[in-house]
Amino acid sequence: MITEPFTAGNSIIHNVDPRLKIVFTVMLSCAVAVANSLSTLLSGLAAGLLLVGLARLDGRAFLKRLGVVFGFMALIWVVLPITYPGAPLFEIGPLQVSRPGVALCLKITLKSVAILSILIALVATTTLSAIGNALYRLGVPGKLVYLMVMTYRYIFVIENEYQRLMRAARIRGFQPGTNIHSYKTFAYLTGMIFIRASARAESVYQAMLCRGFKGQFHTLGPVIPYTQNKGFTVLTTAALIIILGLEIWN
Amino acid sequence: MELKQPIISLEGIHYCYPGSRPILKDLEFNIFKGDRIGLVAPNGSGKTTLFHIIMGLLKPSSGKVNIFGKDRRTEQDFIDVRRRIGLLFQDADDQLFSPTVLEDVSFGPLNLGKSKEEAVAISIKTLEFLGLDDFEDRITYKLSGGEKRLVSLATILAMEPEILLLDEPGNALDSAMKSKLIDVLNSLNITYVLISHEFDFFSETTDQIFSMENGKILLDDEVYLHIHQHSHKVGKQPHEH
Repeated sequence: MITEPFTAGNSIIHNVDPRLKIVFTVMLSCAVAVANSLSTLLSGLAAGLLLVGLARLDGRAFLKRLGVVFGFMALIWVVLPITYPGAPLFEIGPLQVSRPGVALCLKITLKSVAILSILIALVATTTLSAIGNALYRLGVPGKLVYLMVMTYRYIFVIENEYQRLMRAARIRGFQPGTNIHSYKTFAYLTGMIFIRASARAESVYQAMLCRGFKGQFHTLGPVIPYTQNKGFTVLTTAALIIILGLEIWN
Repeated sequence: MELKQPIISLEGIHYCYPGSRPILKDLEFNIFKGDRIGLVAPNGSGKTTLFHIIMGLLKPSSGKVNIFGKDRRTEQDFIDVRRRIGLLFQDADDQLFSPTVLEDVSFGPLNLGKSKEEAVAISIKTLEFLGLDDFEDRITYKLSGGEKRLVSLATILAMEPEILLLDEPGNALDSAMKSKLIDVLNSLNITYVLISHEFDFFSETTDQIFSMENGKILLDDEVYLHIHQHSHKVGKQPHEH
């Protein structure tokens, strides 16, 4: 089940207009992504962590989210230093660990952690419906936004349907294994989920027709007044200037 | 005696799902203003199909659909019908597709051409009427089954329909939610038809009970005469007194 654990909260970040969050997420992550100098990357990381701090997120949950990247990073740290050509830093047996290789690993790690922190602090603290609304008001076509929001809405229903089918199979003694019977059962399950999803789409559309849907989506404006917009804009703009300044300086 | 015109009149309706036997055969059904009708019949006897035909979601293979004094044939004819008749779907998940409750309830009023402010005001009023105060910002998929049912009723009531078609509204509701729904239906003062399998629900919300058999609608005198409340061991089984 998808949960949105970071959306609950009442920190400074939670009280910022989602449009601002999205715009600054894009700008900050792009700045960090194209940066090359170590000092820029470190300032990007500092900005990310500062935002996470301001959002008052649970430290452990935050690290758990980052954990996904750490696994990927470990792979890079194992492979890159010994395969990247350049001056050796030190040697382990027959393997040469190259200085540029290590530097590259460090940069990749810093970049990913910084960008992920920014995303977690700004995007993961916004509910998907608020993101959809913000994207729409930022000029993203309504159809795309509704596609995203409705997909998210019905993932839960489809998951429930999958669980129900799986339960039905399990109570009749089904145990997945590596045999034709299991493959066939999973194929049936998958097929059934597609059929049900399509039937569901049909009924949802009918329900919409019954409520006067004519192909035109209307969106409600913001419901909650956001109180921290000014402070947030000043802070993130400053961070952006520092990051860009450092990059140009170097 | 005054001769009343039915507001919904179905004549000689035939309907057949592809690849199966006809489900509605020469069906006649009249609904008058102020009727509070209960519809009880075995599963698969065409109750939901009947509702979908009234809403124009399914087109009968033959027969005449006359609603609000006009013959309804094309998709265009039914646009007006859908504004004035509210259909509560059997599965609330079909009805609630917006992320938040407020957005979902205001979807109908917005489609009717109301301004954002009006739509929000109507939605909040409807939610309050159903005792769903402070539900506006709740996330639709995180509601409980009973809450989903009441919110989907709100999405329909927000369009201020003249007739309600309720497809198993008492389904999956606990007794507290059910008595709330009964109170709501009794306070509405509106024409409605509801499908249910529960007689105690009917006895509190409807004046007439119909059943369906062989693709036709029958006024269920047997059932109608039988409404009484009592409890003993076989109360749920069919029995005679």
